[in-house]
Order: sequence, then structure tokens, then C-alpha cells
Amino acid sequence: MQFHQTRLPNGLQIVAELNPRAYSVSLGFMVNAGSRDETADASGVSHFLEHMAFKGNDRYTADDVNRIFDELGAKYNAYTSEEVTFYHAAVLPEYLPRTFELLSILPFPSLRQEDFDVEKKVILEEIGMYQDQPNWVAFEAVMQQFFRGHPLGNSILGTSDSITALTSEQMRAYHAQRYRAGNIVLAVTGNTTWDEVQRLAETYCGKWPEGSPGRQTPANRPAPAQRVITKADSVQQQVAQMAPAPSAVDPHRFAAELLSVIVGDHGGSRLYWDLVDTGDAEGADLGYHEYHGSGAWMTYLTCAPEDVARNLARIHEIYDEVNCNGVTETEVQQAKSKVASRVVLRGERPKGRLGSLAGNWVYRQEYRSIEDDLSDLRSVTVESIRKLLDEFPLAQLSTATVGPLEALTVS
Amino acid sequence: MLDQTIRTHVFENGLTLLLEPMPDVQSAAFTVLVPAGSIYDPPHGNGTSTLLCEMMSRGAGDRDSRQLSAALDTLGVQRSEGSGPSHMSFSGATLGDNLVDTLTLYADILLRPQLPEDEFEAAKASVEQTLRSTEDEPRQKLLQELRRKTYPAPWGLPSDGSLDDLPNITPEWVRRHYDRCFRPNNTIVAIAGRFNPKLIQAQIEDLLGGWHIAPQLDVPIGESVPVFEHIEHESTQTHIGISYPSVPYNHPDYFAAWAAVSVLSGGSSSRLFTEVREKRGLCYSVSASLSTLKHDGRVMCYAGTTAERAQETLDVTVAELRRIADGIQEDELDRCKARAKSSLIMAQESTSSRSSSMASDWHHLGRVTTLDEIRDRIEALTVDTVLDYVHRYPANNLTILTLGPERLKMPS
Repeated sequence: MQFHQTRLPNGLQIVAELNPRAYSVSLGFMVNAGSRDETADASGVSHFLEHMAFKGNDRYTADDVNRIFDELGAKYNAYTSEEVTFYHAAVLPEYLPRTFELLSILPFPSLRQEDFDVEKKVILEEIGMYQDQPNWVAFEAVMQQFFRGHPLGNSILGTSDSITALTSEQMRAYHAQRYRAGNIVLAVTGNTTWDEVQRLAETYCGKWPEGSPGRQTPANRPAPAQRVITKADSVQQQVAQMAPAPSAVDPHRFAAELLSVIVGDHGGSRLYWDLVDTGDAEGADLGYHEYHGSGAWMTYLTCAPEDVARNLARIHEIYDEVNCNGVTETEVQQAKSKVASRVVLRGERPKGRLGSLAGNWVYRQEYRSIEDDLSDLRSVTVESIRKLLDEFPLAQLSTATVGPLEALTVS
Repeated sequence: MLDQTIRTHVFENGLTLLLEPMPDVQSAAFTVLVPAGSIYDPPHGNGTSTLLCEMMSRGAGDRDSRQLSAALDTLGVQRSEGSGPSHMSFSGATLGDNLVDTLTLYADILLRPQLPEDEFEAAKASVEQTLRSTEDEPRQKLLQELRRKTYPAPWGLPSDGSLDDLPNITPEWVRRHYDRCFRPNNTIVAIAGRFNPKLIQAQIEDLLGGWHIAPQLDVPIGESVPVFEHIEHESTQTHIGISYPSVPYNHPDYFAAWAAVSVLSGGSSSRLFTEVREKRGLCYSVSASLSTLKHDGRVMCYAGTTAERAQETLDVTVAELRRIADGIQEDELDRCKARAKSSLIMAQESTSSRSSSMASDWHHLGRVTTLDEIRDRIEALTVDTVLDYVHRYPANNLTILTLGPERLKMPS
């Protein structure tokens, strides 16, 4: 696999990891635009804009976009997070030029009023759909607790009220500010040539407006906080908890990923053996989430409401034990095998490499091959995890819960 | 054009081994299907197979639960186990270099599970946790109940089990399920990726060749009748499920059925997405897909929408399911073919996708279809053959199940 990178005069950054033996080629535009970049009166605009991207421009209608992608047999989609919006597609190599052209119109849609009005209904339905998923409700609530007063606490979807009130003018203003060439990374993986990538980018992205709006990354100063969302007719209780962890540029982040596997992977971890294997909880996971300028430990527990207090206390004991005594050499070796296998398997398909190629560039201006990831993984030791824990101990600082309980007692 | 070498071998004891070496990958993936699914659950014991599945990884051979888990983790095996209607499946993927050691551990799991009685209550509690959580996921709940209404028992019973039956299940039932169902005849082992096929075949012979044949179990196939029912639920959305007759995978009309459902719901230029979501904004999620058992097949549809727009969503969706009988455009079918071609070629990048497809092919057809053959059959479809299928399997006799705050009216 061969890495290439360049930058167009308008500031668009291009990274490619090419492999002439691959069966397909994947491409994507990652825009530095997410819910953290929104003002309160336009909550949900980044995600709504992502939907509007598929409504076409002056040359292509919404029907054209849907139809042509299907004609090309493209597997395409987009997602919006707190920090980025990513438009991506995977196709057979012979369809790359046409797919590239079509994908490149997505970030600059016409934003027609009639499309906006219909799509608003779809967004409201999407909000409704997520409200019926208690784990999502708990996730969003704990983010708001942990990042209270911080832009990362902004809701990705927005609320029914904010979306209902949102105007296409607000969306245009947001788009004009965030969707600029210097704020976008084009990533390409798989079977094509670097000349072709450059040619397509110059042809279809060369006239994009310049500019790079930047982003404020204030420090997050979380205080203990708790929110209880009571749903009397639910059966299970969902509990999400967050605490500070390394940011996306912190060298501790490899140790953090490994520690989350040791302590809270969905199988074979300390939380798994003590809470899930025993049948005390349906799930008990620890995840590590990295952001620009912040990071978080995320604990997630699902169990019967009457067992919540006991399970949370048990998690607290496990975290205490890890914070005091660290982890063992055997645990580190096993977790390394697990993660290494995940890295290699995910990397086998161009589609699987695309997100990490784009993400590494957006977050760190860095190319990382599979071998780089494996080598950093191998360099993690019991001692480096000890140093990580000294700086970012496992904790249950902010809590949100959804389910039958009316109050939560946390020791 | 698609360069595949597939090796099949049926051992004397009836176990089938399917191997597809793939040149450009580092991983190897396997799928093992054992005819021990939920249709073999004893009466009032729905969930027995799932509970057995939960017990299977709690120690095997000389290793207890933790030792087994550690051994698999050390080999980097990304695994999953589950019980479907007809089979219990064990699948996993790891680096090709670790395949031999991984298969050795799986032979222990299949032939020498410890099924430790002192872990039975914990395993049962785990299954109960999963069932309780489904109660809080309205979409999942609806689809589970739609399946129950669509296929007669035991085929439509939830493979995950049910909260009503779970308390009845004893360690003896679980052990008996293992003794009755685990056998080499009709068990399928499919492996795709980087490995030496001769060596792996010899290893499987060595590991599983001595497994003793057991009698095949027959499960009666009943009849189901269309129903229109509502489940009261305090959800934000109303969740709508629709099913109607189609054909199973081994039926000559299967690819025509696939194309008809793709016109309805394959890709974002498909009819349901266009008419229900894009034009009217009635929902975020609307889809139709083919569900296939070995002897029976159905089209299954889902839509989730807020209560006040639920009736319109149901009406528009049903109208689209029926309108396809009026005609299909040539370009609609062409798009389905383009999407299929791309999926088939990209399947060669995924060892997991190949191992599970091979296993499923063998179960349904008794052979493995090559990607080339599938492509040829799809290329051969015409608007006329698809319409002919649609006319013989129209969207009549619908089973409709809704879950949400308010009951809906049957569409005219």
C-alpha cells in the first residue's frame, strides 16, 4: 500500500492509501463540521445539513443523486458526529470518476426550500426513532452532563423544537462558514492511481471556496453531575457515566484504548467477568472516546433497575482496584492480540481503511499505516498504562440514567 | 472473471467442509452451522437452544470458561455465537496464521463443552437480561412479534427465547438439547481466507472425523394465517411490520423475488425510500427484505413513524407493495443489477462474508454457488420474469402488526 498526500491551492487536503490489488476503491470527504460548531439557536443544523447534501445542486436533483449512485452500484452514506461530517462511497474501480463527480457535489448542495421542508419531517422522525432507543437517550444525556457548558455537550440531532424552528437561512449561514476547502479532507483508499485522484480532485473540487474557519477547543471542566430520566413502563435501566480521559492528540491514547479493552471490552474484560458473565447485567462496558482537545471514559451499564446500585458499586470497586494496582502483563498481552487482530481485519477492505485514513489526517495531520498502529500498540506496557492511570484515573463522574427508577443512589 | 476456488468435502460422518482460499487477505474466517436451533426447543422450553449456546463457551475440553476465553483472545479471534431457527452458529475471524490453533479450540467447544451446572443460573440470568432489554426496544420487539405471526410455530418462535418459557428450562433440558442436536450429519463448516486447504482439510478430518452420527430430527411445518394486530406500547413512534408470501432461497423464482424486493427497497432510488421517505417525509426508516427459511420465504417490511403520520405511512407503504404489479421500468431493474454486481465483487474482500455465504448456500441448496453463477443469474433477469413472479406472489394476504400508542386501520 502506498501513501500520497497533497493540498490544492484552495486548501483542500488530499490523502490516499492506494492498493492496486484491491477489488474496490473508497473515497470520502471529511468536513470539520459537527454539533460542537453550532450555536444554541441552530442546534442540529450540522446533521440536518448532511441530509440536505443528498438533495443535489443546480445540475442534479435529489432524485438524480439517489438514482445515479444506485446506477453505479455505489455503497454510499454519510454521518455526522460532534466534530465531523463524513460523506463516503465505495465502488468498483471503473466507476470511480462518475462516483467522484457525484460525491463532490454533496458538500455544496443548493439547499432548496421545498427540499428543506420535506427533509425537516424526516429529521423529526429520526429524532423520534432515537427517542425509542433508551441507550441513545442515555448517551446523549450523559454527554450533556459531562460537557455541560462546553460545545461537545451539544446534541447531534438537535431537539424537535430546535429543528422545527430552524430556517434554511440559518443553514446557509452555517454552511457558508464551515464548508470551505481548507476545512475539508478528501481521503481515497484502494484500487486507483495517484494521478487519477489528483486529476479528479482538481476537476471537481478546484473551485471550492477557500478558507478554514478553525474551531475553539476550550478545556472541559466537568463537575460531578447526575440526570435521571424516568420511563415508568421500561423494563431495564440504562446507565451511562463519563470521566476525563486523554484527548485525540495525547500520546496516552494507545494506552487508553488498550486499557478500555482490558477493563471494559464486551467480552473477556474485568467488567464482563464480574457483571455480565454472572448475569448481573445485560451489558457493562468501558469505552474510550477521543475528541479535539478532550477525551472521555464512557461507562455503560444495562441491568434490572433493582440491581443498579449494587452494580455501580461493583464497577466502582473494579475501577478503584485498577487505579490503585494497575493491570497485569497477561492482560496487556491478551488485549494487544485482540486489538491487533481488529486492526488487521478492519484494514483488509478499502472501506475499512477510509475512516481511519481521513480521521488521522483531520485530527492529527498524520498518516498512520496499519503497521504504525500495530507498532504503537506493541509499545504499550504495564508501566505506560500506570502513567495513564495516574493522569486519567477511571471514574464515574457524570451520570445519566434512563428507565423505571425515579432516583439513583450512587455511593 | 471472479477468480474463486471452492473446495467441498463431505466426511463419512456427514459433516460438510467448505473451503475458499482467498489470495489477497491475511485473515481467515469460519462459520460453523450445527442443526441445533430453536425449532428443536422442547415444548414450553422456547429459549433452550439459546441457553445452550450461552453455556457452550463456558468451558470446553480441559479449559474452564476463563481459560477458553483467554485462549481465544490470545489468538485474536473475533467471534460470535448465536441460535437461529434451524441452526446454532459459531463464527469468527482471525489472522490466517492462527487458524489451525483456533479450529482446535472450536473442536473442543463443539465436541467437549463442559456445560458446567454451577454456571447454569448465571447463563440463564444472562439470557433473561437480553430478553428484558428487547422489551425496551420497540423496533426489535415488533420485528420479533411479526416473525412469530408470519411463520407457524416452532419456525416463528423467537430464537432468543421468551420470558414466559425461560423459568421452565432446567440444566437437564439444556444437556438433552446438546445430546439430541449436536451431530456431524448436517453440520456445515465453512472457512474462507488465507490458509493451506490441504492442511486444513486434514486437520478437520482429524478433529471432527470421529464425531458420531446421530438421527436427524424432523420438525413439522404448519400453516399460518394472515392477521392484522396491534400491540399497545408507550413509544414515541408507531412501528409498523408487514409480511406476505414469497419463495425460499432454493426456489427457481428466488432471484426474481430478490429483484422485486430490490425494486421496492434496494438503494435510495428504490420505491419505498422514494415514495415514503423522500417525497412525503413520513419516516426515517422504511425497508423491505426477503426472509428465507429452507422451505418457506416471505417479504418482510418495516417502517417507523410518529403516531399522527402512522396511518398515512401504512397506506402509502401498502400501496407501493401492490403498485409493483402494475409494472417495473427497465432502468429500475438495471440499477438492482448494478448494485448486485458491485456487492458480489466486493464480497471477495471479506473473508467473513464468504464463509457465511458458503455455509448458508450449503444449508439451502446442498452446494455452494460461485459469485459468477449468481451474477449470471441476476444478469439473466428481465422485467418480464420479475413481473411474472410478482403476479404469482402479489402483496395480498398481508400480515400487518403495529406497535405504538394507537391502533391503525387496515389499508383498503
